[in-house]
Amino acid sequence: MSDIYIHTKDLCFSYTDADGKIEHPALNGISVDIREGEYVAVLGHNGSGKSTFAKLLNLILEPTSGTLIIGGVELTGRELSDEEVLQLRKNVGMVFQNPDNQLVATIVEEDVAFGPENLGVPMPELRRRVDDSLSAVNMLDYAHHEPHRLSGGQKQRIAIAGVIAMMPKCIIFDESTAMLDPSGRREVLETIQMLNKQHGITVLNITHYMNEAAMADRIIVINDGKLLLDGTPDEIFTKRELLQSVGLEVPQCAALIHELRTAGIDVEGTCISNVESCAEIIAEYYAKTNLHREEQDV
Amino acid sequence: MKGVAFGQYYPAESPMHRLDPRAKVVMAILYIICTFLCKNLTGFLVLTLSAAFLVVISHIPLKLVLRSLKPILIIIAFTSIINIFMSRGEVLLTPESWRIKIYAEGLWNALFMVLRITVLIIGTGIFLTYTTTPIALTDALEYLLSPLKKLKVPVHDFAMMMTIALRFIPTLTEETEKIMNAQKARGADFTTGSLIKRVKALIPILVPLFVSAFNRAFDLASAMECRCYHGGEGRTRLNVLRYRTVDFLAMAAVVVFGVGLLLLNRYGFGYTLS
Repeated sequence: MSDIYIHTKDLCFSYTDADGKIEHPALNGISVDIREGEYVAVLGHNGSGKSTFAKLLNLILEPTSGTLIIGGVELTGRELSDEEVLQLRKNVGMVFQNPDNQLVATIVEEDVAFGPENLGVPMPELRRRVDDSLSAVNMLDYAHHEPHRLSGGQKQRIAIAGVIAMMPKCIIFDESTAMLDPSGRREVLETIQMLNKQHGITVLNITHYMNEAAMADRIIVINDGKLLLDGTPDEIFTKRELLQSVGLEVPQCAALIHELRTAGIDVEGTCISNVESCAEIIAEYYAKTNLHREEQDV
Repeated sequence: MKGVAFGQYYPAESPMHRLDPRAKVVMAILYIICTFLCKNLTGFLVLTLSAAFLVVISHIPLKLVLRSLKPILIIIAFTSIINIFMSRGEVLLTPESWRIKIYAEGLWNALFMVLRITVLIIGTGIFLTYTTTPIALTDALEYLLSPLKKLKVPVHDFAMMMTIALRFIPTLTEETEKIMNAQKARGADFTTGSLIKRVKALIPILVPLFVSAFNRAFDLASAMECRCYHGGEGRTRLNVLRYRTVDFLAMAAVVVFGVGLLLLNRYGFGYTLS
C-alpha cells in the first residue's frame, strides 16, 4: 500500500461574518486519509461543504480547528511561512468550475506558463514543461490561440495543462465539469483518468455527478459538513436509500445491477457507470446461465 | 463589437509587424519629435512622404488608415480655422463684405498644422496600434518602464492589470451581449425613446454585469493564488523579448530621418514657419 499523502483529523471550518462572528460551520470534523496515486471522488449536494474541503487542502482557506497533514508536512497549529504555502500550492494544484475565470493570459501557451513562471522556472526547462503539459492534454496545436475562442472543454483542458506544468503531486478538481457540455465533460474526464493512471497524480474530483464519481477508485460522501460515507463505488452505490436521503441519486445502471442482486440474480461486475458495460454484464450473465442450462439439458 | 475589443490591430506579415515592440515604442516617440522638427515646405513634403512610406511597408490598407483620422477631423478643422484667422502678414484676400482679412501666412500655417496632426496620428498608429498587439505593447511598456521599479513604482502590477483587462474584454463583451439579449427577451427597449430613457435602460444591463465581473475577479484571484502568483518577484518568462539587429537599424533610421529634417530646415526652400 502506498503512502498516505493527505491526512486530515477532525478538520473543521466555519465562515465568519464581517464582525468575526462565526456564522455557520461549513465543515464539522472531517477525518480522512488519501493515499498517493489514488483517484478519489468527493460527493455531496450543493452546500454540503465539499468545495470548502477542497479550499482547505489548498490553504485558500485556513482550517478553524483540527489537523491537516499534506505530504508529511503538518499545516495546522502554527504560522506558515510564505515559502511553505507556495510549496504546498505547487504540490496541490486546483482546477476550478468556471473555465473562463481561471485563465490569466491572452495566449494559450502563456497561460500554461503562468504557474511555472511564478515558481521561477528558468527558460529551456520552462518551454519544455509548457509543451509537455499541452501535449499531455492534447492541446499542443492550440498553443498560439486565444483562449476565448476555444470551447469550454478545451479551455478547461488548458486550465489543467496550466496546473500540470507546475508538476503537482495532487490535483483537486472543484466541479470542473459542471459548466461543460457532454462532449467537453467527456474530454475533461478522460484527461483526469489519464493523469491518474499514466502520470500517477493523486486526483480529488469534487462533483455532484454520480456517473463521474463512479469512475473513481474511491468515493467520499460529505453531507452537512460531515463525512457520511467512504468506500469503493460498489460499496457506496449499494447504499441507495441513504444516498437518496441526502439528495444524491445512484446512477441508473448501478441501481439496476444492485436491484438484480437483491432479487437473487447473481450478476458479476464492479463499478458500473455506463450503459454499455451494464448491458455487457447482463449479457454475460445470460450467456453463462444458458450455457449452464444447456449442460443440464445434455 | 468583438472587432472593437482588440483595438485597431491589423494582423499582417510585414517588416513593421516583426519589429520588437519596445523598438516600436521608442520609434513612435522619436517620430512624434520628428513631426515637430519640420519648419519649411520641403520638410513637410518629406514628412508626408515618410508617413506614406510607413503605410506601405506595414501593409495596412489606406482606407483603414484614413478611417482612423475621422474622429480627429473636428480637431483638424478647428486648428486650421484658428490658424487661418490668427496669423498676420501679407494680405491675400479681403472680401468686401467680410470684416476679416485672410493672410497667406495663415493659409500656410493652417496647411502645416493639418499635415503635422495627420502625420502624427498616422505615424503613431502605424508604430503602435496597427502593427503591435495590445499584449505586446503591454510587455514592451513593462520592459521600458522597469527602471522605475527602483523608485518603487509597481510596474509589474500595472502590466499584470493591463494583461488581465485585455484578457477579459472579450469575455465581458460576450457577457454584455448575453445580458442584453436576456433583457430584450423580457421586453427591454434600448433603441427608442429620449436619451435619458435610453441611459436608464442601460441600468438593468450594468448591474448584473458588475455583479458578475466582481465574481469573476474573486474566482480569478483564487485561481492565481493557487498557481503560486506572488507578484513580480522571482518570476521568469516564457517569451522573453529580444532585440535583433534590424530593430536597432530601424531606430537608427528614425534618428537619421530626424537629423535630415533638421538639415532641411536650414537648406530647404518654400514657406518657412517663423
